[in-house]
Amino acid sequence: MKNAVEITGLTVVRGGRTVLEGLDLAIGDGVTGLLGPSGCGKTTLMRCLAGVQRVASGQVTIFGEPAGSAALRHRLGYVTQSASVYNDLTVVENLRFFARVLGVDRADVDRAVTAVDLDSHRDQVVGRLSGGQQSRASLAVALLGSPSLLVLDEPTVGLDPVLRRDLWALFHRIADAGAAVLVSSHVMDEAERCDRLLLMREGRIIADGSPADIRQRTGSDDIEAAFLRVVEEAGR
Amino acid sequence: MSAVITFAVAGRVLAQLRRDHRTLAMLLVVPCALITLLWWMFEDLPGGVFDRFGPALLALFPFIIMFLVTSVTTLRERSSGTLERLLAMPMGKGDFLFGYALAFGLVAAVQSLLAVALSVGVLGLDVVGPVWLLGLVAVVDAVLGTALGLFVSAFAATEFQAVQFMPAVVLPQLLLCGLFVPRTALPDVLGAISDVLPLSYAVDAMQTLTRSSDVADVWGDLGVVLAFVVGGLALGAATLRRRTP
Repeated sequence: MKNAVEITGLTVVRGGRTVLEGLDLAIGDGVTGLLGPSGCGKTTLMRCLAGVQRVASGQVTIFGEPAGSAALRHRLGYVTQSASVYNDLTVVENLRFFARVLGVDRADVDRAVTAVDLDSHRDQVVGRLSGGQQSRASLAVALLGSPSLLVLDEPTVGLDPVLRRDLWALFHRIADAGAAVLVSSHVMDEAERCDRLLLMREGRIIADGSPADIRQRTGSDDIEAAFLRVVEEAGR
Repeated sequence: MSAVITFAVAGRVLAQLRRDHRTLAMLLVVPCALITLLWWMFEDLPGGVFDRFGPALLALFPFIIMFLVTSVTTLRERSSGTLERLLAMPMGKGDFLFGYALAFGLVAAVQSLLAVALSVGVLGLDVVGPVWLLGLVAVVDAVLGTALGLFVSAFAATEFQAVQFMPAVVLPQLLLCGLFVPRTALPDVLGAISDVLPLSYAVDAMQTLTRSSDVADVWGDLGVVLAFVVGGLALGAATLRRRTP
């Protein structure tokens, strides 16, 4: 089967700094975790997939179409790091608006609200919710219309562990239903929850494989230790 | 472009406004209060000064207020990431712009209706031409403010900067629109500049309406203002980029 995302020779320059240089990467089905410290290029890479990043060179192809093309806009759910919803509208008002833009029916709105566990806050104005609730409202928008590719930039930051577990379970359910899910995080302990792991540092993918694979290859007990091992080996 | 999405944007902007009672009150009450203040200032003076300044103000208030409101709201949309999200969705740039223009145009219509009703009905502003045309000119001026506000919001990085575009873009037009010195009496260079500023035509239209029943000139001026609206929206569309650095 063809990969959902194919990236070849991707180079991105932001603010005079080369963030990504000649990156080659393929992302398939399942939940793929993109892990690395802040500033390593995770967000830039995700913006490229969403088609909102100006690219210096290289190709990003999603389901056989260039990233950002009109045909993909119905098939991609993208969540930015900060909650991209309207603070002065309620959760449901936000979702109904985005649902109309996407041409999705109202039943989908209720489904998305339930999926992110905001049923009890559905009629509250987003600006008065906690940070975690706001980012869940933003996540709910990306779930509208059952996209075939979900690009989630640090969706679980600052959330209660129980909720974090539930959200990861949700990502897996979405992936099991046939979508490709790419989730970034700078928290290494989330790594174990991914089917496939990409460790990123300074714009490069330094390790790629299942969590068990990476641990075994580096002889480490956890992903944090594995990350350090890879960086040290590269330094020698 | 899609009508469904355009109306979705307009409906959403109005829903946001409905929740913001203070802004809504300011939008509707402030123009009326200022016109009343102006009328009161000149009440004891002979010479019908209110009749001279009133029409120009009916053109100015919707323009200035809509310029401010639009430049700040669209900037907020750019900086909060919602614009980026919308542009990653099946939304055309035109849907976004016309959605905004529609919503604020509607608010402007209500605002102008109140201001015109107050000026003509209560404060005794003399209007020789048709009053409905006075209202229409006011609405088109408001849409002009919306169009220019959308455009300048692209050049502001913060709301603080956006607000400062108001004196930079609006005040020169206010000074040269014929309110203080008749446009024909301006020095040649300033007269030429005044000829290419949209507010001059808006004020001309208003003044013609109050003085004569000949509406042909008014339609001409209105056409010029509309051309600026279309130009402003087109430039605004050019500043909406799906891909940003």
